[in-house]
Amino acid sequence: MNKEPILKIEDLCVDFKTRTGSVRVLHHINLSVKAGESIGIVGESGCGKSMTALATMQLIPTPPGLISEGSVLLKGDDLLKLNEIQMRDVRGNEISMIFQEPMTSLNPVFKIGMQISENIIRHQGKTKKEAQELSVAMMRAVKIPGAARLIKRYPHELSGGMRQRVMIAMALSCQPSVLIADEPTTALDVTVQAQIFDLLRDVQQDMGTAIILITHDMGVIAENTQRVVVMYAGHKFEEGPVDEIIHHPKHPYTRGLIRCTPHLKKNMEHEREELSEIPGIVPDLSRLDGLCPFRPRCSEKRRQCDEQMPQEIQTGDGHFVCCWAAGEDQ
Amino acid sequence: MKFFYSLIKKVSYSLLLLLAVIVLNFLLLHIAPGDPVETLVAEMGGATPELIAQLRSDYGLDKSFPHQLLNYILRMAKGDLGMSFTYDQPVVKLIMGRLAATMILVLTALMLAVFLGTILGIMAAQKPKSFFSGFVTLISLAGYSAPVFWTGIMLLILFSYLVPIFPSFGMYEVGSSGNMLSYFLDVLHHLVLPALTLASIYLAVYSRIARASMMDVLGSDYIRTARSKGLSERVVVYKHALKNAVLPVITMAGLQFSQLIAGAVVVETVFSWPGMGQMAFEAILRRDHTLLLGILFFSTLIVIVVNLLTDMSYRLLDPRIK
Repeated sequence: MNKEPILKIEDLCVDFKTRTGSVRVLHHINLSVKAGESIGIVGESGCGKSMTALATMQLIPTPPGLISEGSVLLKGDDLLKLNEIQMRDVRGNEISMIFQEPMTSLNPVFKIGMQISENIIRHQGKTKKEAQELSVAMMRAVKIPGAARLIKRYPHELSGGMRQRVMIAMALSCQPSVLIADEPTTALDVTVQAQIFDLLRDVQQDMGTAIILITHDMGVIAENTQRVVVMYAGHKFEEGPVDEIIHHPKHPYTRGLIRCTPHLKKNMEHEREELSEIPGIVPDLSRLDGLCPFRPRCSEKRRQCDEQMPQEIQTGDGHFVCCWAAGEDQ
Repeated sequence: MKFFYSLIKKVSYSLLLLLAVIVLNFLLLHIAPGDPVETLVAEMGGATPELIAQLRSDYGLDKSFPHQLLNYILRMAKGDLGMSFTYDQPVVKLIMGRLAATMILVLTALMLAVFLGTILGIMAAQKPKSFFSGFVTLISLAGYSAPVFWTGIMLLILFSYLVPIFPSFGMYEVGSSGNMLSYFLDVLHHLVLPALTLASIYLAVYSRIARASMMDVLGSDYIRTARSKGLSERVVVYKHALKNAVLPVITMAGLQFSQLIAGAVVVETVFSWPGMGQMAFEAILRRDHTLLLGILFFSTLIVIVVNLLTDMSYRLLDPRIK
């Protein structure tokens, strides 16, 4: 675990222009992932999970979006300094992405084989035939039965789980260093969900890919990642090893998230204890005041919260948190 | 096999439709005031009641309506569309002489409208708030609002009178002789203004549809996937997005083909283009029912064939339709 991180996001800020002015959707995000490691990004809808992923890929529509500060270092090189043409060589090659909706993420009018081999042809300069063969091999690697036959099929002829496997085959076809999986199983059946995660774990072991798993489900994080980053309203609230975060969460928001996840509740005294919820709703990003955005919903609010945004502090080995309440515990 | 089966089904529906149109056309013309003999007599400068009766019986106009209709359908089944009395020639021969000219005009206008419309729409969709996008919207609106004959006359004044770079009428120079190439270029030269005029309305429609459909497609998940593969913007737009975005344009082009043929009547008249439309116009003025029915029959046939082709092309473009 003492390897250098393969991808390091430092101080990343993203702003969106709206009619009423500029809105900051990511506030100085720091995170890193090492080769062969899985980290999770967790949070409610709109907290900036997907935005972090899209900013890493530089796929934010510009305008209105703009990466205004920070750096994204891949093997030490800042991707934000690359121009669009150079960045295209990184996408799908060094960093790949799979998305939430396998139903709509594949182009309905092209054959599956073509959609996978397109990536291989684009980045590895293979011929069509070589790329087709590699595609079949890739589909076998993600355990798609009858791969040689399926490359001639169209996406609508496959089930959701199979389509997500196709997406994974496509994303991994050029052996990327980093795979970003944005809610890869949210649209799938629970049984298929487990298969997809098993698959991701297997290919990760084979290829040593670093995985950034984005989800709103703490349970998924607990089972599939080593480290987790908790995000809220474009801020990073807490980061640490999964076991540490789940058993000793420092941030009130993280505690809330864990209480919302059924099978993570340890100390369960009753079989059917009621699930708790975090009161209130996610704030409007255009109305943040530079203080802690969780303040209005927080049960542990104190005087400092209304005066100053807390700094990130380290509370343990690789455990960081950004909260006044956590600071007092020290 | 499934494809073949559905093709047979569609063709048989089309034949039924064709029959229905034939009956309806015949009925409509029967109801319309004025009959060919009246016009003929008026052109001759009057005739005795005996001669009028004689003419009516010659053309079978004294029979009952169902009798006339049945006669007509039976003759059509044999491929005989009757004689045009204004030209004193078989209708089939007359139409065949004109069909090519109309098809050249209509198909060129269609290609122009679909191709240019789609390209303009795509370019406008890529930057929906740009000056260019607004310009395309403006041109579309103008082209769509202006009557075809007005657009035609304006183009004539501009490019045939003020800046005489295109001929003002006809399909080729009278008395021109030469090889195939010079004939082709000559027709092409004459084709520019009429085709542009006819295309102008549809260009507007297609560019709007292409723009809307392209904007929709560009926001879809699979376009994000294509971008995440590191594909260039050109490949993303003209390969991944276009094949999806062009579907509504094709549908519309197929649906509007009938209107394009109707539009050709006006354009052919304005530019003296020797096509079916111009002949239809004359047939109406002269109450030449036989000829008019023949032209209507052929127009129907063309529209039905085009609709079938549209349907089939849709299947080729979109694998989800089986």
